[in-house]
Amino acid sequence: MKFPPDNHLAATSLACVRGDRLLFEALELSLRAGRVCVVEGVNGAGKTSLLRILSGLGAPEHGAVTWNGVDIREQREEYNRSLSHVGHSNGVKGELTALENLEAVVAVQATRRDAAPAEALSRVGLSGYEDAPLKHLSAGQRRRVAIARLAVSAAPLWILDEPVAALDSDGVERFEGLLAEHVAANGIAVLASHQGLAPPGAVSVRL
Amino acid sequence: MNAAPPSTLRALAAVVRRDLKLALRNRGDFVNPILFFVIVVSLFPLGLGSNPDDLRRVAPGVIWVAALLATLLAMDHLFKPDFDDGTLDQLALAPHPLPVLILGKILAHWTVSGVPLILVSPLLAVFLNVQPQLIPILMASLAVGTPSLSLIGAIGVALTAGVRRGGVLLTLLILPLYTPILIFGASLVETAAAGLPVAGQFYVLAAILTLSLTLAPLAAAAAVRVSLG
Repeated sequence: MKFPPDNHLAATSLACVRGDRLLFEALELSLRAGRVCVVEGVNGAGKTSLLRILSGLGAPEHGAVTWNGVDIREQREEYNRSLSHVGHSNGVKGELTALENLEAVVAVQATRRDAAPAEALSRVGLSGYEDAPLKHLSAGQRRRVAIARLAVSAAPLWILDEPVAALDSDGVERFEGLLAEHVAANGIAVLASHQGLAPPGAVSVRL
Repeated sequence: MNAAPPSTLRALAAVVRRDLKLALRNRGDFVNPILFFVIVVSLFPLGLGSNPDDLRRVAPGVIWVAALLATLLAMDHLFKPDFDDGTLDQLALAPHPLPVLILGKILAHWTVSGVPLILVSPLLAVFLNVQPQLIPILMASLAVGTPSLSLIGAIGVALTAGVRRGGVLLTLLILPLYTPILIFGASLVETAAAGLPVAGQFYVLAAILTLSLTLAPLAAAAAVRVSLG
């Protein structure tokens, strides 16, 4: 599976204000297919705010985010089709099982034909936990279910907020495998991380 | 290699199915408002004394007020849990029109919070000594009125999802919009009790339902985006 090589995510003169504090301004970003961008910064620097703006969940104080040259606010559904977002919170339901959570994703999002939910769970090391309600699993295992969303997703753009938070070394390795595969397939990824996840050739943005 | 996203209609069905499944596993959240409805109404005969004519006279108003408050009580579970665990983010990032998916959530919510109110209302009508021939009319008034309560309430809970202890704020925002439904709903049953035609009130309730069915999901979706941003 290969994504089109001409996908392009760009942000121009972004500014973000939280409360009465200016988190960042005049932020420029340009990512072409096959590139990874790592957002760095101390706690409270605005990493999550930036990622939410890039996802279209938050509105910037100033500036715009474009996907393939068009403002994302003018093509929301089109952009959402191209986007897979793993946020600060996992976006999974504790009352549902791991498999049910992924099936709920598949029923709504564009997904890869070659990755079934059960297979995606085994890719993140959750074989045998398919039918366990998530509230009975550990924080790291719940994070793995959120990561499994990426394995079923057919989106060329990943926006990930601390994707390996709560993951053990095996979990990090599995995530790095998925990320490498995504990049090799012309995917784009923007991730905030303290863990020094930056793969070779990654662009770095410091807030 | 890639599948296109499922059609919006299938996504809507998936949202309804998921929320019904969640409701089934969190039964307490939805049983409490219904118990509240039953308890409030069954306290009135104790408070007002057992003069059957008194009870009969206040019955439509009492049942409607209790149904309205029970709906308000249940509204909290529409967006708050999803807001807290990040699934509302995922809904807003789905490649479908957000108002349609929100409508699915409201539909599922009404099925588990509004429909049971309609189903237990005959029992409460008997508590309050309502004439048996009025019971179908009472149920019909609730069936047309409570979906509007859920739809309008959704706008309020969408706006207050990110606010801690937004309960009072929600009540202040929503109650003024609920009053027409309460007035026409209760008056529908009272008019029927007096043996007069009720088409007028029924049409007004139906008009409110049509309006809220078409406009409330749009407003609620916009409010969800504001809360998430």
